[in-house]
Amino acid sequence: MRLLAMATAAVMAASPVMADLVFPSLSYRTGPYAANGIPFADGYEDYFTLLNERDGGIGGVPARVLECETGYNTEKGVECYEATKGEGALVYQPLSTGITYQLIPKATADGIPVHSMGYGRTSAKNGAVFSNIFNYPANYWDGASHAINHIMSLGDISGKKIALVYHNSAYGKEPIRTLEELSKKHGFELMLVPVDHPGQEQKSQWLQIRQQRPDNVLMWGWGVMNQVAIQEAANIRYPMENFIGIWWSGSENDVLPAGEKANGYKALTFHNLGKDYPLFDDLQKYVVDAGKAAGAGDQIGTALYNRGMYAAMLAAEAAKTAQELSGNAEITPAEMRDGMEALEMTEAKMAALGLPNFGPEFKVSCENHGGNGLGAVAQWDAAAGSWNLITGYEASDQDVIGALVDEDSAAFAAESGITPSC
Amino acid sequence: MPDQLLFAMEVMLNGLMAGVLYALVALGFVLIFKASGIFNYAQGVMALFSALTLVGIMDGQIPFSHLINAIFGTDLHHFGWHVPAVVAIFLTVIVMAVFAWLVQKFIFRHLVNQEPILLFMATIGLAYFLEGVGDLMWGSDIKKLDVGLPQGINEWIDITTFEAFGYGFFIDNLDISATIVAIILVAGLIAFSQYTKQGRALRAVADDHQAALSVGISLNFIWILVWSIAGFVALVAGIMWGAKSGVQFSLSLIALKALPVLMLGGFTSIPGAIVGGLIIGVGEKLFEFLIGPMVGGATENWFAYVLALLFLVFRPQGLFGEKIIERV
Repeated sequence: MRLLAMATAAVMAASPVMADLVFPSLSYRTGPYAANGIPFADGYEDYFTLLNERDGGIGGVPARVLECETGYNTEKGVECYEATKGEGALVYQPLSTGITYQLIPKATADGIPVHSMGYGRTSAKNGAVFSNIFNYPANYWDGASHAINHIMSLGDISGKKIALVYHNSAYGKEPIRTLEELSKKHGFELMLVPVDHPGQEQKSQWLQIRQQRPDNVLMWGWGVMNQVAIQEAANIRYPMENFIGIWWSGSENDVLPAGEKANGYKALTFHNLGKDYPLFDDLQKYVVDAGKAAGAGDQIGTALYNRGMYAAMLAAEAAKTAQELSGNAEITPAEMRDGMEALEMTEAKMAALGLPNFGPEFKVSCENHGGNGLGAVAQWDAAAGSWNLITGYEASDQDVIGALVDEDSAAFAAESGITPSC
Repeated sequence: MPDQLLFAMEVMLNGLMAGVLYALVALGFVLIFKASGIFNYAQGVMALFSALTLVGIMDGQIPFSHLINAIFGTDLHHFGWHVPAVVAIFLTVIVMAVFAWLVQKFIFRHLVNQEPILLFMATIGLAYFLEGVGDLMWGSDIKKLDVGLPQGINEWIDITTFEAFGYGFFIDNLDISATIVAIILVAGLIAFSQYTKQGRALRAVADDHQAALSVGISLNFIWILVWSIAGFVALVAGIMWGAKSGVQFSLSLIALKALPVLMLGGFTSIPGAIVGGLIIGVGEKLFEFLIGPMVGGATENWFAYVLALLFLVFRPQGLFGEKIIERV
C-alpha cells in the first residue's frame, strides 16, 4: 500500500502541473496613504478573483495575485519587487512614481514588464527606448493637456492666469514642462504653487491664490494634500468648477471631508466611475456573495477601486493577447510583454467584458507604450455623493506632448546607453 | 496702504493662527517630557488615535469590526446610534486615560531608571503599535470630523478689514476656534498645576523625581496623570487638524510640525511651546511669502527647522527651557 502511495506521488510529481499566472500587487494597506491604496488593491484583486471563479482563470490557467505591502515607500517597493519576481511575476503595477523610477532599470534587465498606469515616467510612452515599461492609456502630460483643453472648451484661455498647486516631488513636478509649453502656445500665464509633503498645512499657498486670483487652479496632489487643498479652496470661496485635479486627486476620499463645499470640484480620469456596469453584477455574484471579496469588501464602485479593477482588466486582456500570440496558456514575462505591446482595447471588447464605455479605446505598439492619451473630466456631485463624467474621452495635444516625450526619452536613452529600436 | 503690505499683514495673522495649531501639538510633548524626561515619539499617533476614537464613537462604529467579521463571518459595522460630540469627547478622554494607564502599567513601569534613549525607543515602538491598533479598531478610511466648529472665512474680519484697508483679510473660523481653545487649555493647565494637589505633585515630580518620591508622591500615579493629560491635549490637536483634512493616518505626521517648535521653545516649558509655535508659524509663513517666490516656494518645512536651529545656536535649552547644567 505504501509502495502504491509512493508510486502515485512520484507519477503526480512527474506530471506537468498547471502553473498560475502570477500578478504581483504592490499595495499599500497601511500608513498615511492607506485610504487610497486599499480600494485600488481591492479592485485589482477582485477582478482576478472574478476571472478565477467565473471563467476558471485566464485561458484556463488560474490567476494568482501576489500581494506585497509597500506602505507607499520606495525602498519597500523595491524589496517587494525583489521578493516576488522569482515567483513567475508577469507584470508589475508599482502604484508609485518613486517605485516605478527604481524598477525601470531593474525590470528591464529582468525582462519583466511594468505597467505604470497614469503615473511613473511619462516618457516611457516611447517603447523604442523603454522596452519593458508601459503607461497606457494616459500619462501625466496627457492629463495636463486634458485640463487645458477643458478650460479652453469653456472659453478663451488667452491672457488667463492658471495656477498649478502641486506636491513638491518628482510626481507633482511632472506636468510643469508640458504646462509651460502649453502656456506659450495658448497664451495663458502659469503660476506655480508647490506644497511640501505631506501637505497638511497649506495656508500660505491658498492665501497666495486668494491674493493673486488665478482664473483656474490645477492640482497634482496625493493623500492628505488633496483633502486639505479642497477644504482650503472652499474656505477662500474659490469656485470649485474652476478647480481641476489630476486623476490622483479625484477620489471620494479627496472630496468627502469637505462635505457640501466640495460640490462642483472637477478631476481628470481615464476610466469611468460608479458601478452601473454588467461586470459589477458578476462581481457581486461570484466574488462578494461568495465571501471572496478583497479587504473588507466595502470599496466596490469607488473611483480608486474602479481604477484597480481597470488595471487588472488591462493586465488580463494583455495576458489573453499574449496567450494568443505565443500559443501558450502558461505565458512567460517576455510573452506577457509582447502581449502588452500588441494590446488593443476597443469598445466592442470592453462591452463584451461587461464594461461598456468604461475606458477609452486605444492601441499599443512598439513605438507607443502609452496608448492614445485619451482622457475625460469628471465632476463631483456632493448631494448625490458621486463622480460623473462631464466630457467624453478626448485627445491630448500630441504636437506638444510627442515632442516632449521624444526629447525626454532620447535623454534617458543617451544616459543609459540604450539604442532605441523597434 | 500698498497691496504687498496688506498681504504681508494677512500672512502674518494667518501665521499666528497656524502657530497656535503647532503649539497644540507641541504641548503634549512638553507635558510628558517635563514630568518624566521622556521624549514621546508617539504624540502624533496619539492625536491620530484619539481623533479616530472620537469619530468612531460619534458615528457609533463598532471597534475592531473588520477583525470580528473576518474571524466570525459576521457583517457588523455600526451600533446604529449617533453620539453627540460633547459626550463622544468625554468618552474619548476616558479612553485616553485608560490608554495612559496601560502605557504606564505595561511599558514605562518596567523601564524606570533606564537610559533616556531606551525610553525614547519604547515610545517609537508604542507609536507603531498604536497606529496598528487604531487601524484594526477603526479602519483606515478617511473620516469626516464635525464637532460643530465653524469653518471658512470669518465674515466680520473680512468686511471690517475691507472697509478699513480696501482689502478683506482671510482668517479661518477654525483657526480662531483653535486659538480660543488653546488659550483655555493653557490657562486650565496652568491653573491645574498651580492650584490643585495633583498639579503641585506633578510639578514636584518634574523638578525632582527622588525628592517627590521621598515625600510620598506616587510616581506611578503622576505618570498616568500626565499621560492622560497629554492624551487630552492630543485629542484637542487631533480635532483641530482632523477638522481640516478629515481624520486619516497622515494625521500622525503633524508631530513633524511640533519638533521645531520644541527646539525653539524648549522641551520643558508650556509658555515656550506657545511662544515657539507662534514664532515658527509667523516666521515660516512670512518667509514663504517674502522669499519663497524667489527660491521656488515650498520653504515652510525646512525654514521652520532652520529658524529653530538658529535659536539653538544661541540658546541650546530653547527660549524658555531650563538651563542645562552638568555637574562633574
